[in-house]
Amino acid sequence: MSAFTALLIRDMRLAVRVGGGALMGALFFLIVVAMMPFAIGPDLAQLARIGPAILWLGALLASLLALDRLFATDHDDGSLDLLMMGPIPLEFSVATKAIAHWFTTCLPLVVIAPVLGLMLNVELHAMGWLALTLLAGTPALTFIGLVGAALSVALRRGGLLLAVLVLPLTVPVLIFGVAAANAAIVGPAPFGPPFTILCALSLASLVLGPIAAAAALRHGLE
Amino acid sequence: MNLGPHAEFIVAAYAVTAFVVAALIAWVALDYSAQRRVLDDLEERGVTRRSQRKE
Amino acid sequence: MPVTDLANPTRFLTLVNRVLPWLVAATCVLFAIGLIRAMSAPDDYQQGATVKIMYLHVPAAWLGMFGWGLMSIAALGTLVWRHPLADVAGKAAAPIGAAFTFICLVTGSLWGRPTWGTYWVWDARLTSMLVLLLLYLGVLALYWTAEEPGRGARAAAILSLVGAVNLPIIKFSVDWWNTLHQPASVFRMGGSTIAPALLTPLLIMALAFTLLFVTLHLAIMRNEILRRRVRSMRLVQAQELHA
Repeated sequence: MSAFTALLIRDMRLAVRVGGGALMGALFFLIVVAMMPFAIGPDLAQLARIGPAILWLGALLASLLALDRLFATDHDDGSLDLLMMGPIPLEFSVATKAIAHWFTTCLPLVVIAPVLGLMLNVELHAMGWLALTLLAGTPALTFIGLVGAALSVALRRGGLLLAVLVLPLTVPVLIFGVAAANAAIVGPAPFGPPFTILCALSLASLVLGPIAAAAALRHGLE
Repeated sequence: MNLGPHAEFIVAAYAVTAFVVAALIAWVALDYSAQRRVLDDLEERGVTRRSQRKE
Repeated sequence: MPVTDLANPTRFLTLVNRVLPWLVAATCVLFAIGLIRAMSAPDDYQQGATVKIMYLHVPAAWLGMFGWGLMSIAALGTLVWRHPLADVAGKAAAPIGAAFTFICLVTGSLWGRPTWGTYWVWDARLTSMLVLLLLYLGVLALYWTAEEPGRGARAAAILSLVGAVNLPIIKFSVDWWNTLHQPASVFRMGGSTIAPALLTPLLIMALAFTLLFVTLHLAIMRNEILRRRVRSMRLVQAQELHA
């Protein structure tokens, strides 16, 4: 079994366990989306209009919440130090952890998003497109958040600092994600351009995120 | 000088800028004198930095 | 004086102590000239006297962005070239850049109310500046809450670089998002062609503000070096007491 697979399976197993918090992200997503109508009002037409935005915001906050534990648990029990000293390049192992995180935390969000869309009166044919934008955009959220997680583990400051660091950087993903979703549902505007930019952001962060995160870990923990 | 019908906005803008700049200058100046005071006090007590000790 | 000379904190401090009074004087002179010119400049044919806010807003915007650029260069100095004073330069630039970004937002808002009718508008420029301010606050949190100056500095350096890479993306996204949601009109602040009568005071004020930035930057760097000296002396003192 290659190192990549071993690390991936290890992280996914840990996340899915009771204390792992993988499904906690999905639960938080559900709660946040459920709370929105209490603030916005039950008007179905209005909810349908802003439905994609609510779902994207919920997904953003849920994946942010889960990022905290990406490095924290490993740092606490010393396995982060082992990873840093090991034979695999740190960028690679960091990327693997991020992929595991995406599988266990973000993929459930993508899956239950259509169900939540029902609550928000999002049109049926649009659910698939919405889920697709989330599928394309959550990797960007994960890999950008990776940098924030690496920065804050080195400083032992906790979750709020992470949110302050990561949220401004995820603004482009949010803009293009919601734009793509809206384009598919309502839009005279075409779906293509924002969607491809969203994919580009994910691919770019897939490469740059681990590099920055590894640098942050090295410089922060040395 | 006639600042026109929206004079209060112009005045407010200049006032806010002046306030922020003044606050920044004040912070820098106060921080400087605080650090200087502590440094002089430490030097008076004979504490030196490693790079200052040649013997 | 070669850059390597400036790597020595003591020599740097000597230089700053010599140069700072001149910088302060030059800044005051330029502000005096600039403000007089700004007040005596003619009104804009469309906006009237409110164009005078431009003399604050535009330099503040430039310097807000300049601050982040300076932090990015300092970050490279810290991470790549290991220049001893690079992280001090970065840490000193952050509060000044944040202050100017804040001034840009407030003056922009006050300029917007009489000209566009609203205090805030989600146009590309103001929104990008808002995100820039949020990034500044994040970096400030990293720099000024770390227990050890060195560790916070490296984390902040990385964030500065990540932000620098991301800022054009954010600007582009917000621009794009803005055209999507506001196809009707594009607000031009001061216009792309500024009359010479308005341009000269603007340039003088921009120069004055830049000098202010440099002066404050050197002063804060001096403070930070002194602060670290105090810290290391206290550590030595504690060691000696212990021994």
